[in-house]
Order: sequence, then C-alpha cells, then structure tokens
Amino acid sequence: MGEDADTRKINHSFLRDHSYVTEGNTPVVLPHPPAQGVSACPDALGRYYLLDAEWVDSTFFWSLNRSSPKNFTPYLALVENMEGESIFEVDSEDGVGADIISTVEFNHTGELLATGDKGGRVVIFQREPESKNEPHSQGEYNVYSTFQSHEPEFDYLKSLEIEEKINKIKWLPQQNAAHSLLSTNDKTIKLWKVTERDKRPEGYNLKDEEGKLKDLSTVTSLQVPVLKPMDLMVEVSPRRIFANGHTYHINSISVNSDCETYMSADDLRINLWHLAITDRSFNIVDIKPANMEDLTEVITASEFHPHHCNLFVYSSSKGSLRLCDMRASALCDKHSKLFEEPEDPSNRSFFSEIISSVSDVKFSHSGRFMLTRDYLTVKVWDLNMETKPIETYQVHDYLRSKLCSLYENDCIFDKFECAWNGSDSVIMTGAYNNFFRMFDRNTKRDVTLEASRESSKPRAILKPRRVCVGGKRRKDDISVDSLDFTKKILHTAWHPAENIIAIAATNNLYIFQDKVNSEMH
Amino acid sequence: MFARGIKRKCFDGEEDIEGTLAGFKAIPSYNLKRQSLLDMSLIKLQLCHMLVEPNLCRSVLIANTARQIQEEMTQDGTWQVINAQNTGQASLDQLASSDILCRSTKEQSDGKLIPSYSSFSKDFEDIQSQDIISDLSTVTSVQASRNPQGNVWEMENSPENRGNFQKSLDQIFGTLENKNPNSVEDLFSDVDNSYYDLDTVLTGTMSNTKMGHCDVLESFSSQTTTNSNINELDHIILHF
Repeated sequence: MGEDADTRKINHSFLRDHSYVTEGNTPVVLPHPPAQGVSACPDALGRYYLLDAEWVDSTFFWSLNRSSPKNFTPYLALVENMEGESIFEVDSEDGVGADIISTVEFNHTGELLATGDKGGRVVIFQREPESKNEPHSQGEYNVYSTFQSHEPEFDYLKSLEIEEKINKIKWLPQQNAAHSLLSTNDKTIKLWKVTERDKRPEGYNLKDEEGKLKDLSTVTSLQVPVLKPMDLMVEVSPRRIFANGHTYHINSISVNSDCETYMSADDLRINLWHLAITDRSFNIVDIKPANMEDLTEVITASEFHPHHCNLFVYSSSKGSLRLCDMRASALCDKHSKLFEEPEDPSNRSFFSEIISSVSDVKFSHSGRFMLTRDYLTVKVWDLNMETKPIETYQVHDYLRSKLCSLYENDCIFDKFECAWNGSDSVIMTGAYNNFFRMFDRNTKRDVTLEASRESSKPRAILKPRRVCVGGKRRKDDISVDSLDFTKKILHTAWHPAENIIAIAATNNLYIFQDKVNSEMH
Repeated sequence: MFARGIKRKCFDGEEDIEGTLAGFKAIPSYNLKRQSLLDMSLIKLQLCHMLVEPNLCRSVLIANTARQIQEEMTQDGTWQVINAQNTGQASLDQLASSDILCRSTKEQSDGKLIPSYSSFSKDFEDIQSQDIISDLSTVTSVQASRNPQGNVWEMENSPENRGNFQKSLDQIFGTLENKNPNSVEDLFSDVDNSYYDLDTVLTGTMSNTKMGHCDVLESFSSQTTTNSNINELDHIILHF
C-alpha cells in the first residue's frame, strides 16, 4: 500500500500544481493551450448534438508498466518542440502482453473508473474534483489504487492453467463510504472492497509511534489517543471469493438491481449468487446438451435488467437474445422472450453464423432497449418487439468482403463491446485500427474516431476519421487494406452521466471528454 | 484440384478421380474455396487447443461452419462415398464412417480419430449404446454399428478406447462432470493412453498434455491431419 500512497501523492501534485512530473525530471509548468473553438451549435431547442462536439483527449493515457507491477507510469516524456516550447511527447515504447487491458468499467456515479488487464491486475482511477482554482484540471482521472486481483492458477485435474486475465469488472452500487467491485477471471469471481484511510490514531499509551511496546516504567501519565490526519491511503481487500461455480469460462457478470444478488455466465451456464454467500450458487440457465457432441450454441453475454430484478437477458453465438423471468421457474431454460432477426438470404455465406454471434449485450439506462454487438453491426432492440431490432448500425461493413481472410487470421472471432451514453441517445463501439465509432440515434449520424498516440496529444481535439472503400479517396482517409487488425478496440465505457468515455486500446487507456458539453443533453 | 481428389479417396481407382474432375470443371473456384474453408476449419479445430484450454465459443463456431460446409457438399453430391463396403445408403453417417475408415488405415495407432468423427454427425443418436460408456453413450459407438465394416474398427475400438473417446469429447468442451465413477476411472486411464497416442499422432506439431482436445475435433472427414497430407493442404489453401 505504501507504493500506492506514493503514486497517489505524485498524482495529486500532478494537477494541483499544474505541473507534470516525469521520472527524474524537475517539475515543469506547461502553458495551457487556448481552448479550441466550438463547432457545435445548439439547435432550436437549445440542445447540442453530441457528434458536433469535439472530443478532446483530456487526460493522459496510462500504460501499465510491467517492470513495476504494482505501479504504473505515464508514458510521457518532456521534450522541446520546434518552437522551443516544452511539450509532452508520447513514449514510443510498446507495452507487453500482460498489460493488455481486458475490461473497462465506470462506477455508478462515474467518479471511479476501473480497468482490468491480462496480468490479473486492476487499476482504479478517480476523477479529480473540478476546482475553481484550476479550471484547466477539468476533472481529470488519476490513479486511485492498483491491486493484483487474480493470480494464475493451475487446475491439476485437467492439467490446465487458469488464466488470471480479468474478464469483467462490475461495480456494486455504493452503500457506504467504501466502494465495492466484483472482478472475475475465467473461473473465480472476487468481491473487493475499496476503502480510504485518511486519519490514524496517535498517542497510544502502551506502544510508541512505530508500534513497539513501550517500557512501562517510562509511562508516567495517561493520554487519550486522538485521530490525526494522515496522507490518504487507499486500501483494497478481498471480501468474498466465489469459486468453483463454473466449469467453463466466465464471460459476464452482472449485479442485480436488488443489490443483493448477481449472476455470472459462462459458455453454457448462468449462476445466481448472493453477494454474502460464497459456498453455493443457483444455476438459473443451463444450455449444456446431454450429449456434448450436440453442442452448437453457447452463451456469449448476459446482463440483468437495470430496474426489474427478475429479468435478465443472455445472448448466444447464433445471434439470438433470450429474455428470462426468474419468477417463471427456478431454471430459466425456457425464455420469456426470444429476440432473433431472421437471416438475410441475400447476404448469406458460410460466415453468416459467425458474424451473427452476439459479442456483447447491454440494457439501456431506461431499461426499455437492448444494445447488441455482432461482428459487423450494432443493433438496438425494443424489449417489446422480438421479431427484429428497431435500429441497425453498420460498424465496418467494408469488412464484409474480407470475411474469409478475417476467418483465417481469427479476427472474425474478436469480441467487441458496446456502450450507451447516459441518456441512451448515442451508442458507441470499437473497431480495428484503433478506431471507435459513435452513432447518434436521434440524428442518425455517426462518427469514427481514433485512439492513438500519434494522433492525439494531450488536450488535442480528435479528428473524425474515414475509411475509404475504393472510389474517391479524400486526404487522411485510410484504405481498407491498410487497416491494422492487431489494433482493436474491444473494450469501451461511457460515463453514466457525462460525455466522458474510456477507450482501451491494447495496453493503453484513453479517456476522452467533450470539452464544451460536459453535461448530457 | 487434383490434390483434393487424391486426398479424399483412399480406396477408389482412377475412374473416380476423373469423375470428380469433371464435376469440378463446372464451378471450380467455388468448390475450391469451399474446400479450403473446410480445410482451414479443421486445422483450426485441431490446433486451437494445442497449448491452452480451448475457447469453447470459437470451437463451436468453427465446428458449425465446418458442418455447414459438409452438409452443403453432401447435398451437392461432391462429398464422395468411398467405402466399397458401404451398404449403399447415402446418409451422412455412412459417408462419415467411410472417411474415417479411410483415415484409419493410415493412422493405425490412433483409435481416437475414428469415433471423433461422430461428434459432428447428428445421425448417430440412434446407434446402440455400449454398457461400458456412461450416459454419454449416444455419442456412440459409431464403432459399434460399424463392426461389420471391418476389422479396422475392432482393433482400434477396445472398450477402453471408447470410454476414452467419450471423455475426450467432453474434454474438448472443457467439462469434467462425471457422475459415473466408472467414467472417472476411464478418465484417468485416458491420461495414460493419450500420451502415447498424442505423440504418435501429432508428431511434428506442438502438443501438450491434453489429449482429447486435438483428437475430437479432427472430425469430419476428408481432411486428414497426417503429416503426409499437410503439403496437400497447403497446396489447396494457397490456391484459395
């Protein structure tokens, strides 16, 4: 914890003094670039359309540094540019495999942002409160705590190593001063409690400052220990370990709106747990066939309804969604509603099934809609209509003619996530080449942005990107053939209330915010 | 094209190969593409769990794709019936068994290849079950029904091996839920046998201690995994 405290200290001075510390360098004050002009204009009703706004890289991306596993350093170096100004330049060093971010999740207020990586670590960022003294700080995110959530394990019975990669993190609604989150790898879910300590008792009678027992002969008077402020320390402790519930790999966890239970889903089963009970769980969905050779469909994602504690949805590899009601029966193998879009015969190919496999499903904040992501599209479903989605957005349709190559290099199995904004008006998902896409449901407009070091300096405004598919090609367009398929944005998250997004690009975390329109409209 | 014909047929003479070629001339590229896709799928299934526990979703999707291709090829009539001992039915399982039969002559040490095919055929449900195998027996004993087809099956399919197959099939999908104590014993006996088989079957490829995984998903058919055919596979894939 001492390391964490140190990190936190540095980060505090980071913004408070409006100076930036790199390893070994003396603090330097940077001139703040002038605010960019706003291109967004309100409409007749005074609303700003999100996609007109400019997304700004408002904080530095953090790369997890493998050499100091409990710590991480910003990959920024202070250099002088051509005009003699001191600017930040990104370090070109690439991270290693264990630092690949595998999940990103805001908590319910958006104050905290948790990331999990392939090495089993969790890093929690906290948003600095906007202070009037430094209007430029803009509520940026800094490291709050890091801890090792899962370790690699070895299953001796199967002779298999269980990866420590964090598959999902879900925050529990905050009920007291502490924050709690669930993190899971392939097999085990853990409940972590994050607490702050900023006071410590001083003035013990029987022991001295270091905790050693005092020589009683030296004690001449009694004192009452008092609480004195201390440097803020963030402590994370494992409160529950939910193990041995899954034979297959866990792909989702979801906390129920009742705040007492949660579910975990693997490829073939979904279990319901009580947050306080670790030695048993209820199996609520089981699609394992009696004969494993008949297996043709697996569960790919699942989520509880945000308001109705009895409803949950799970998606399958065949592109169907099943809404289940736990009141109907103990085992929810029979769905209450089946959401499935009939296959388009004109687009049929050998890959139709694979690209229809749903990689992520998310309820809207309102609870009225569901968002699903399959390989080429994102779809919005109305819970009241099972026959087809109400909206379908093409994420990267230019890949449709390249499915065979993507099958060959396994990219066709990539599982992209999707996200709603706080008002359910915009949806976001990732793509290749470090691109991510946003779709405005109201205006039907969309934008492609890139999360990369080269194109985003701190506080730089993101420029919309375009992929050209032959034909006319504008300047700065990327052609389909020059897309980098190793740079994929699988994990994205949207602040629950504001226009702040977190994008995980391999081992880098980007946090972008809409500088002008911070509030949701 | 030529390689495809040769690879698929083990027993047939020249006339069949020529017949195949004639059929190919109609739409060579589509068939070739389809075949390459099938090849690719089968290789993926085999290689996907060389080192780590397989991603079940990916395996299922690849298996479904391969099955879909095979079904289409069956409907097309491009799926050749090879086995002369065949009773004449053109059902899927018959075709499958003949392919397996074909393969088994080349890989005599590996009995696991044979039943593994059954994992992707839906027609095996009605095949009689063996007492030795637990409730998973529907998976079958493709072997049992194929007894009349030759000694090749018999020598590969000792009861213990059949038990192994079941367990290996299960392991492909990562489960070790064995309520039947006998099957648990089979499981452990599997581990010992598999080592040998794994070495002999997978020479030249990376391997690990997980025996069943590779075997089960070899499945389907004409695409053999033996080293002798790797070159042919490459040849096919490059054409694609």
